[in-house]
Amino acid sequence: MNKLGLIIKREYLTRVKRRSFILATLLTPLAFAIFFVVVGFIFSYESDDSKRIAIIDESNMLQKRIKDESNLFFKFVDTDLETLKRDFDRFDYDGILLIPPIKDILTTEHTVYYYSDNQPTLDIETLIRSRISNSIRDYKIEELQLQRDQLEALDTKISLEPEPIDEQGEDASRLTGAIAAFLGGTMGMIMYMTVFIYGMMVMRSVMEEKTNRIVEVMISSVRPFTLMLGKIIGVGAVGLTQVAIWAVLIPTIVLIVNLVFGFDTSAGMNMPTEGAEINPDDAQALAAMALAELQNQNWWMILPLFVLYFLGGYFLYSSLFAAVGSAMGDDLGEGQSLTIPITIPVILAFYIMFVAIQAPNSSLAVFASIFPLFSPIVMPARLAFGPPVWEILLSVAVLIATAIFFVWLSGRIYRVGILMYGKKVTLRELGKWLFYKD
Amino acid sequence: MENILELTNVTKTYNKHVAVNEVSFDVPKGSIFGLLGPNGAGKTSLIRIITTITQADTGEVKLDGERLNSRHPEQIGYMPEERGLYRKMKVGDHLMYLAQLKGLSKKGAKEAIGYWFDKFDIEDWWDKKVEELSKGMQQKIQFISTVIHRPKLLILDEPFSGLDPINTNLIKDEIYELNKNGTSIIFSTHRMEQVEEICEHIVLINKGEKVLDGNMKAVKDRFKENLFHIEFEGSLPADITAQAHITEQTSSSVTIQLQDGQNSNTMLRYLIDQGLHIISFNEILPSLNEIFIEQVGEMPVQL
Repeated sequence: MNKLGLIIKREYLTRVKRRSFILATLLTPLAFAIFFVVVGFIFSYESDDSKRIAIIDESNMLQKRIKDESNLFFKFVDTDLETLKRDFDRFDYDGILLIPPIKDILTTEHTVYYYSDNQPTLDIETLIRSRISNSIRDYKIEELQLQRDQLEALDTKISLEPEPIDEQGEDASRLTGAIAAFLGGTMGMIMYMTVFIYGMMVMRSVMEEKTNRIVEVMISSVRPFTLMLGKIIGVGAVGLTQVAIWAVLIPTIVLIVNLVFGFDTSAGMNMPTEGAEINPDDAQALAAMALAELQNQNWWMILPLFVLYFLGGYFLYSSLFAAVGSAMGDDLGEGQSLTIPITIPVILAFYIMFVAIQAPNSSLAVFASIFPLFSPIVMPARLAFGPPVWEILLSVAVLIATAIFFVWLSGRIYRVGILMYGKKVTLRELGKWLFYKD
Repeated sequence: MENILELTNVTKTYNKHVAVNEVSFDVPKGSIFGLLGPNGAGKTSLIRIITTITQADTGEVKLDGERLNSRHPEQIGYMPEERGLYRKMKVGDHLMYLAQLKGLSKKGAKEAIGYWFDKFDIEDWWDKKVEELSKGMQQKIQFISTVIHRPKLLILDEPFSGLDPINTNLIKDEIYELNKNGTSIIFSTHRMEQVEEICEHIVLINKGEKVLDGNMKAVKDRFKENLFHIEFEGSLPADITAQAHITEQTSSSVTIQLQDGQNSNTMLRYLIDQGLHIISFNEILPSLNEIFIEQVGEMPVQL
């Protein structure tokens, strides 16, 4: 086995065998599961303390048409307010709702009064308001002698169906945009996280070897560049392993959680809004459409490209992290300023990614998906929108060339940095190291 | 005599700072060689050139008659002054790793480790993590890792710094044994008194330049001042000042500097003839430290 292979093997095995790696790999999906359970629980939570509310409907406008809820009981009473208030404790009501008559039938404002020792909670208040509003609406329809079906015909629901101009073009469903955005966002997010996590891992490991003083023993056997490259490849393989395990485990666990707890994990995304209730049939059709849309994606193109961008972005950034790690002394804080020039483009790329999802063909998105410091994060986010082939080819070519160049560049800094002790290093100094002779 | 290592006019500059300036010396095959000089003299820079960690700007380095090339690291064992091991690795795995990087096969590495484990009586260390070992134990592992591939040339940079006397002796014995079996050894140190007894040949460098080199005995002969230290009983002859130049004197000893035309035998015979009871008679050779000071006119910086 050659030396590079030996180094890769050691870097990979020592990490994968470490207890902290195994824990992080298994616990992260579990944390996702717990998150979903907790979110699901929060959104399906219903107040468990039931309330009885007396309603004084002075003009019998509502005609006793307000139905009880599971934890809210309404009772229409004829007793007057003063009596009720005086004997409030005896009647065992939690609140009294006083509904004055409407003076002008065409009013759009009406005030009702809620008497209670406690403030009404937000959900009760919302519920009462919407029930009374609906009842008054019914009352007005009758009073004004309107036709109910005509009224309902006033609202027209519009759905926009995208169609290609070219007959041969793929027929996109109305969900294409949303699914592509979701897919792109997820991919961009994964890229962003992995570049940081594994880039930092390389940096810490380089620093450790330097402060441990093992590095001088090592480079009397292998060339510094071989050592650095072996480390980058080894840690990259660790990253691929971890991401691959997560890619299988996270959907599985989310699925299991769904089946076991039986609630909608998407609940977290659509907050319950007043009055807007999704028809269950509609939701099912939507899910089916989304699934079909996901299957429609050209996975044979997306997945290999995703791996390619992962590797390109990873090599590019982790080599820079390795260079910075080699320049750092024993003090992690001191070197922090050196990592800033690396982290800024990563964070910029992260924000550009959001723009690229909303406007995948804007000039900013196109530029960022070719510019090599941004492309590993931005281009994967755009892949689901089907960017032109020439853009993908150009972007990949530029990325690979830049990654190779950066690995070489970092190697030159690294070989000087690892033997440099007790010196506070500035960026300018790093630049000078590039031109040192061997 | 064949040389294991030949340096010819080696120069190395770091960013305008001249670390090594036109240095030439030879290390005879099978010798124990001292690379001496104060801290910052350029010893480590020289070693890094020899171990192919860096390259000389100009000049030539030959290992066993061949210009340095990428196969040579496998023939050199180098223990840097700043030593370290991967703390989380198991001792056995660690040695396997370093041995294989030095070109040993898996099987060869295993055998070599077995030999050293047996020798140091540490067979049960294979599965121990490096961080579980004491400092002295780690030094042993470090030493094994340096010699595991049976290097032709062993370079030890300040090998005894941080070692307790027991481990110092243990390592010294191993070094002698390796040397007896044909390994050439370079000691690099600023503690010159440490290597006076060990080294057969030395080179003395200061501020990147060679001050002197050669066989240890020849070097000392070159700088000796014909001083003899005599311990005696009784009293010195009355006319001794006429016969000998006395530099130091106590009631039971005297230091004499022989003049041209005198030799130790005539001096000894004269003293005995005068009825002095001689207990010891030694030539005082200069220490390397003294030679160094005489040569460069300043104290070596001791850190």
